[in-house]
Amino acid sequence: MKHPSDEQFVLYHYGEGEEASRREVEQHLASCEACRASYRGLEGMLAAVDALPVPERPATYEAEVWQRLRRQLPAPSRLRWFTWLPSRRWALAGTMAALLVAAFLAGRYWQQGQVPAAAAIPAQARERILLIAVGDHLDRSGMLLIELVHAEGPDSVNIARERQRAQELVASNRIYRQTALHAGETGLANVLDELERVLLQIAHSPSSLSPAQLEEIDRRIEVRGVLFKVRVISSQVREKEKASARELARRIL
Amino acid sequence: MEPNDADAVARVMAGDQDAFRVLVERHSRSLFRLAYRMTSNEQDAEDVVQETFLRAYRRLSQFESRSNFGTWLYRVAVNCALDLMRRKGRHDTQLQPAQLVEPVERETSGAMLSLPANDPTPERLLLNAELRQRLNAALAGLSARERTAFVLRHFEGVSIQEIGRMLGLRTSATKNTVFRAVQKLRRVLEPPVAFSI
Repeated sequence: MKHPSDEQFVLYHYGEGEEASRREVEQHLASCEACRASYRGLEGMLAAVDALPVPERPATYEAEVWQRLRRQLPAPSRLRWFTWLPSRRWALAGTMAALLVAAFLAGRYWQQGQVPAAAAIPAQARERILLIAVGDHLDRSGMLLIELVHAEGPDSVNIARERQRAQELVASNRIYRQTALHAGETGLANVLDELERVLLQIAHSPSSLSPAQLEEIDRRIEVRGVLFKVRVISSQVREKEKASARELARRIL
Repeated sequence: MEPNDADAVARVMAGDQDAFRVLVERHSRSLFRLAYRMTSNEQDAEDVVQETFLRAYRRLSQFESRSNFGTWLYRVAVNCALDLMRRKGRHDTQLQPAQLVEPVERETSGAMLSLPANDPTPERLLLNAELRQRLNAALAGLSARERTAFVLRHFEGVSIQEIGRMLGLRTSATKNTVFRAVQKLRRVLEPPVAFSI
């Protein structure tokens, strides 16, 4: 008698896996006492995990979260920018990011005395603007890579939308990479460089990919660890942004 | 009557910041549960909840109105929790099962785990405390990815396919991750002979 694998039992417990596999496990459990005992043990162990308590929150928890949060929310007008042209959201985001970087670069030049600094944004605020823009860019790029890594299909996969997004991201990525280089942020510049190569490959791919072509893109993302690096650097950028915000608030106060 | 999630999102996007309150109040408790199960730390879980709502607010324009807001918010929360775990270096801290069960007494370490009972006798309280200790140790032995996949599948009932989307994994890799997590938990939590087939 062939016993189902441990993995089949786990998937069966969660109602996952192929229908045929679930039926096979069900029929086997009906006729095999040893597997029934084993499966009961698995269920017992997983039920024990449910016993792990989660600390209770007070009845006022939701209101407390909101009170803490509302002080930190940016002005709503920032969100409205994106609603003007919903279908062109990605392109608009890229343009905004480029403008923000231009502001940042201008700030650097002002600091060097090439342009009067009368209307200059404080350096700390410029840094924060840049960090927010880079963080968002990295998040958007990360989401695109995740979607591609996850894309599956029996024959060909249509990536026309992803290709369009990659084209838009390449342009802003290039500006961020150059900015990072100028600012001496070599770690960020290196990750953006690797990201740009992958984005370019996606941007220049045909809109319909065979499983083998998709596999090649996945391989490139995975072998270079681009997705992981993007997430790590994105997390670091967010941390830096928070520190910058705290410093800015400290100076204002 | 309070607006549904989609209406609240639309109102926030139109500039009504207070509409975000509806979303915060509707989802903060479940987000805390998710975050606590991922981090095992109350303060970290609170930070994740806060950061999740902040990120969600900033990126509301990226939310597709056809999607489910709760699912999207969970994705944001999972990323926030993973970021926090990475920053704290938890993704590589995997103890060996032998270490994990260590201060548990020999008499109970090989015994079948019992669910906490309502009757709080001193023996039961002790057993429950030991059970919690072993459970926490077992979960601490999972990598960040395994723990996330397990928490989402086991506690939150998220499908393998959706977990794959959240973690950027193929379905087969996600199945393996959940399976690996369960196997690791079994090694720590189960009596040595009870479940070998």
